[in-house]
Amino acid sequence: MKRSLLGTISGLALVTAGAGMAFAQDGEPLKVGVLVTLEGTYAVPGEDGVRGIKLALDQADNMAGGRKIELTTVSTDTTPDTAVRSARKLVEQDGVDIVIGPLSGSEGIAIRDYAKTQPDVTFINGISGAQETTLVDPADNFFRFNMEGAQWSAGLGEYVVNEKGYKTVATIGEDYSFIYTQVLGFAIGFCQAGGEITDRFWVPLGTKDFGSIIAALPDDVDAIYLGLGGGDAVNFLNQYQQAGGEANLIGGTIMVDGTVLNSKGSAKEALIGVPSSGPQADTYDGENWVKFVKAYQEHFPEGERFPTPSLFATGYYNATNAMLQCVDQVNGDLGEGQAAFRDCLANLELDAPNGKITLDENRQAIGTNFITEVVEKDDGTLANEVVEVKDGVDQRLGLSKESFDAIGLPGRDVPECKTSY
Amino acid sequence: MRAFARRHPVWTGIIALAAAVALWLIFAVWPDGLEDAIGRKKVFLNAFFNGITLGGLYFLVASGFTLIFGLMRNVNLAHGSLYLLGGYIGYYVADSTGYWLLAFPVAFVVVGFFGILLQMLVFRRMEGEDLRQTLVTIGISIVVADLMLWGFGGDFYNINPPEWLSGPMDTFFVTAVKSNGEAVYMKYPMVRIVIFAASVVVGVAMWLALNRTRIGMMIRAGVDDRDMLSATGARIQLVFVGVFAFGAGLAGIAGVVGGTFQTIAPGEDIRFLLASLVVVIVGGMGSIPGAALGALLIGLAEQFGSVYFPTYAVVLTFLIMVTVLAFRPQGLMGQG
Repeated sequence: MKRSLLGTISGLALVTAGAGMAFAQDGEPLKVGVLVTLEGTYAVPGEDGVRGIKLALDQADNMAGGRKIELTTVSTDTTPDTAVRSARKLVEQDGVDIVIGPLSGSEGIAIRDYAKTQPDVTFINGISGAQETTLVDPADNFFRFNMEGAQWSAGLGEYVVNEKGYKTVATIGEDYSFIYTQVLGFAIGFCQAGGEITDRFWVPLGTKDFGSIIAALPDDVDAIYLGLGGGDAVNFLNQYQQAGGEANLIGGTIMVDGTVLNSKGSAKEALIGVPSSGPQADTYDGENWVKFVKAYQEHFPEGERFPTPSLFATGYYNATNAMLQCVDQVNGDLGEGQAAFRDCLANLELDAPNGKITLDENRQAIGTNFITEVVEKDDGTLANEVVEVKDGVDQRLGLSKESFDAIGLPGRDVPECKTSY
Repeated sequence: MRAFARRHPVWTGIIALAAAVALWLIFAVWPDGLEDAIGRKKVFLNAFFNGITLGGLYFLVASGFTLIFGLMRNVNLAHGSLYLLGGYIGYYVADSTGYWLLAFPVAFVVVGFFGILLQMLVFRRMEGEDLRQTLVTIGISIVVADLMLWGFGGDFYNINPPEWLSGPMDTFFVTAVKSNGEAVYMKYPMVRIVIFAASVVVGVAMWLALNRTRIGMMIRAGVDDRDMLSATGARIQLVFVGVFAFGAGLAGIAGVVGGTFQTIAPGEDIRFLLASLVVVIVGGMGSIPGAALGALLIGLAEQFGSVYFPTYAVVLTFLIMVTVLAFRPQGLMGQG
């Protein structure tokens, strides 16, 4: 109670201070709300998301289209109901014009539904990656400049068949929608390239003891696809080594992200040489990416940031930049139900650090995906090295609308493994 | 044992039959029909042994919890934080000295010392006030969890066992017979066997200490009637502090064990607090054999659940708890 009172008072103080300053500027300040997870397991990545916003705003001197940006940040805890509650506070109490966020998949779906009830406000997704958010019943005022789980798998299936020669694969994944989506993206490429998925194992999210599942994995497959994340991933790798496992591994996007590669102990060493894919790669040498990493590292002192920007920082950075560019283009005019602003967003070609991003008719990003392999650097740390770059990855993974819709929503047994869809 | 058999002949028969079936499943070479029905024997055997070793870990955490509850009627909801702290300390000791074994005594002593502080500064001030103790320990666990997040960060910590413990070892259990008549033996992670052996040793030592020593006698007397014991002149506060330190130290050791075959990270404190609560509810509050039985049941249920019906594995442990609460509310080994 005391804490929330304190929060309200300091919030009020900030708002009054901001308002006072605003009169010195030309236009009214532009009120922007941020939805980001700053509590619970995702607090650390959430903070990196905030760093992404700060970096983008500071690079633009906190101005767009002649208007000052006035930021209100509220926290969520990755559950849909806190996301909606926080969004309501931003829209209905603080009266923001634009909302940037949220962070996690199920929040994204809830915010899309809330967006439909608030046609005067524009929502730009932070980094939430549920496929459904923009694929099923999308909202006109919800824009997503990041790709989702299936797109993050694009190109990996073809790569492991053609370059690695893996023909049969068993998958093991956490039993929830994001991993279903990732496996869908992998399977569509893999099966079309002639691969075969022999078994699919699903474990509850938060499984800590994989001993029995490791024993149940088949011995006669070329590789095992791992759709695990965070602590589950580290536990699996640790116990897999202890059990003497020697199969080839393929990683889902969150299997090889910073939380796993930077974990303490030797479990992660099982990942060296493992192919994976994702919307960014630490060691990518694209010009924009190098500039972005440098700016991030210079902007935040060491110890208060990750070694390189995480997916979350990049996602929020891109969303903020898209907003800033379009507010600039319409000269800060958000009148007529923000029509011109939204038109700009929908047709924007965002020159993002992780490749060019445009939006499709559902306002979902078409972007670049990176096939990577985990390598050990000279200082003993692990990093993802880019082995292939795949441009223009759309939400239907190159399939037509009819054939993609015929596959159905991703699930435990969806998609079937076929050579053509 | 004999008295139990005389009182419950039917139950004894059922238990003996189940034990016989289990032994056959473990040692016999499975006929083809059985493999078709419930899968390979390798999977079954692994689930069985993993369940037992996981039970060993749960026992280490829950035995301290149940000991403290049995003697002092303290529900220490900060027990999970002690586990987590032990894990972090174990990681730093093992990482900086290179001696995995050294992590155990250090974690035991340091976390035991925290236990002493808890008992002296918190529980002694609110003796007999259950609700207050519960609320205060919840508060402490939240504060400590945040302090640890601040100190150790949100990374996943994994304690490396020494070279001679990593990797699998061959066991003498036959999982299958090849077509040329050669038997295939099961491979099993070395570290898990050692950890299980260690928890058996701890359990037996605790049982002996409780039942065969003078201090154990005092503790048992304290469990039965605290006031009477202090009236006989025993220095009960000293016993309390000792038991609390020991229970906390065990949680610390469990943290090192958990960090070795699982990971240490924020959130694990709650998970292990919940696991020990389930274990002592199933086994019976305050009973060491009960904690062992409960831990074994929960460990086996989790592992068999994870391979044979993964979707409902999470529910299984709670189903066991509900069943026990419905038919034997004092727990399997609890005293009415």
